Amino acid sequence: MSDDKQAPLNRQSATSAPDDGVVQAPQNHGKTVAKLLMVVLGMFGFGFALVPLYDVFCDITGINGKPSDQAAVYESIDIDTSRVITVDFITRTNSGMPWEFTAQTKRVEIHPGEMSEVAFFVRNPTKRDIIAQAIPSISPGMAALYINKTECFCFKHQPLKAGDEALMPMNFYIDPQLPEDITFFTLQYTLYDITENADEAEVVAMNSSLRR
Amino acid sequence: MSTVTDTAHGADSHDGHDDHHHHIPKGLMRWVLTTNHKDIGTLYLWFAFIMFLVGGAMAMVIRAELFQPGLQIVEPNFFNQMTTVHGLIMVFGAVMPAFTGLANWLIPMMIGAPDMALPRMNNWSFWILPFAFAILLGSLFVEGGGPAFGWTFYAPLSTTYSGDSTALFVFSVHIMGISSIMGAINVVVTIFNMRAPGMTYMKMPLFVWTWLITAFLLIAVMPVLAGVVTMVLTDKYFGTSFFDAAGGGDPVLFQHIFWFFGHPEVYIMILPAFGIISEIVPTFSRKRLFGYASMVYATASIALLSFIVWAHHMFTTGMPVVAEMFFMIATMIIAVPTGVKVFNWVATMWRGSISFEVPMLFAIAFIVLFTIGGLSGLMLAIVPVDFQYHDTYFVVAHFHYVLVTGAIFSIMAAVYFWLPKWTGRMFDIPLAKAHFWCSLVSVNLLFFPMHFVGLAGMPRRIPDYALQFADFNKWISIGGFAFGLSQLIFLVLVIKACRKQGDKVSSQVWDGANGLEWEIPSPAPYHTFETPPVIK
Repeated sequence: MSDDKQAPLNRQSATSAPDDGVVQAPQNHGKTVAKLLMVVLGMFGFGFALVPLYDVFCDITGINGKPSDQAAVYESIDIDTSRVITVDFITRTNSGMPWEFTAQTKRVEIHPGEMSEVAFFVRNPTKRDIIAQAIPSISPGMAALYINKTECFCFKHQPLKAGDEALMPMNFYIDPQLPEDITFFTLQYTLYDITENADEAEVVAMNSSLRR
Repeated sequence: MSTVTDTAHGADSHDGHDDHHHHIPKGLMRWVLTTNHKDIGTLYLWFAFIMFLVGGAMAMVIRAELFQPGLQIVEPNFFNQMTTVHGLIMVFGAVMPAFTGLANWLIPMMIGAPDMALPRMNNWSFWILPFAFAILLGSLFVEGGGPAFGWTFYAPLSTTYSGDSTALFVFSVHIMGISSIMGAINVVVTIFNMRAPGMTYMKMPLFVWTWLITAFLLIAVMPVLAGVVTMVLTDKYFGTSFFDAAGGGDPVLFQHIFWFFGHPEVYIMILPAFGIISEIVPTFSRKRLFGYASMVYATASIALLSFIVWAHHMFTTGMPVVAEMFFMIATMIIAVPTGVKVFNWVATMWRGSISFEVPMLFAIAFIVLFTIGGLSGLMLAIVPVDFQYHDTYFVVAHFHYVLVTGAIFSIMAAVYFWLPKWTGRMFDIPLAKAHFWCSLVSVNLLFFPMHFVGLAGMPRRIPDYALQFADFNKWISIGGFAFGLSQLIFLVLVIKACRKQGDKVSSQVWDGANGLEWEIPSPAPYHTFETPPVIK
């Protein structure tokens, strides 16, 4: 039983060597705990830091298919007539959002650098006023970096009174830098009902506005 | 926090009656107020076992509903609550506390320390756990039912479409996280500061090593989990838009943050298992562990790699091909250090004088079945095929092979291995063998056919399924009931052992056992190593 030939630890029996002098170094648990707590706090913060980091990362790489939410300025650039890019438009409303929402133009075929103008139709069939927000999503996501919108309804909130309808414009051009392998992409808009989260002022503005 | 060795009593602290100056308190308050690492280890292990049975009972509900196609026993909403809470309980209530319990019992004895470094915090980290799970289980009884969004609580399921029990879910996860973090800090401080003289890092038993690395993983990712549940809470109740696209957030961001926690989390549940197997296999092979240093480095590399593979859970969210390639390759690289480990265990057994005691049976079953789970993991890592496997029963088969026949089998192996040391008596060996063989056969009947139904397209987390899956599901359910019942054998066996039934054992217990914990008497005295042992 006590054949210890293979013992990785060849130690003296504790009873035979009482070793009264305490050999353990003076312990400073507090210091170690403090360091570890710093790591804990740091990682808690890191969890939240991932939110802006993700946005920045996506802005740079376009991996989440979200185009810029800022209006671009059209610079007269060379139109690359050698390429034709097909862009499909898809619309959907979030669950619980009662508006009708359709793309007037379902598909465009344009050259990179060429301006294109499309419009989306919305109607509020309900008996209450609703403020909407459209969120774009592009697939494949990489294309999001190369679409430049000079005007888009998605840049701001869209209020619509009960029973009203409207045409919402969107003007864009495709950056000629678009990678060669992308010849087709889909731009989808999802419409969200944000009336509850909208500012008080916005609701008042909607109520007093004479919008169509 | 006073851990300075009491030199006046040190000399006679190893001859079996060293409780002469510390009476073991009696009654319930002993357990409530205890700061003794062995008591707390016992509490953790019993708690984990009770949670294992509770979570198992939920699995029985799931399998009963899936016994036949169609809806017959429970409502879909209740079914979803069962899958959700089963997952949460098994991860946070069974596997993790069981490993923490083993850490409490064993780490001080293995490194020659008198106790954990922070005994009072140790008491806290255990005693907040029952409250966390009382809240989680209580949430099942509130109006609208408990959490039903899966243990991964993806937004917007957990933000927009969840019931009001979500707040209870969030708070219980917070408490579990705090408990785990305190436990992990305790382990790190104990290992850093309280090793006996001469116990250098590279002499530490592998169970201690794997737990040290696990503790760092816990410290790194449990705060991220706390952050993500907080975001879910504020999105749901306080109008923030972390994961709400309408407000400028992104639901996919949830998955990134969750899996940044979630992937290291799955290694938290398997690294201590590697440590356990690395203790058991050499003992019953009567050889030293093959490749000790490579085991340490392999564990550390698995832990580091676990931080850069999270998006392999998200291949179908529409990532660029470059990112998919990165996460696929990074994931596959993990197979290398894991393969080193499996190789080392097999090499340890090679030409050893192997005997098949119960812990060894579980350890060998672990090596074989965990490898099956690892291989299906490799299949899932391959991007093009993952599109087919994603969210099917193939995934369920994969993670149950690594968690049940991996983590749970290793915990059972550990209990059989060290139980005689804890109680001083040999457990009922025929009963233990019955438990092993019943578990082994039923667990494979339970999980192996899941590969087939998954490849054939049966989605996970559904209460009903297409008719062609009926036969397989019937067998899966029968395997499930048999595996559940087999665990009652384990319960009887552990109760018998705790009642001190069985033959007395020597201090070494197993004749190939090496390490400090086998040099103290069996049962292990209430206080051990008040004078540090000397290790040459």
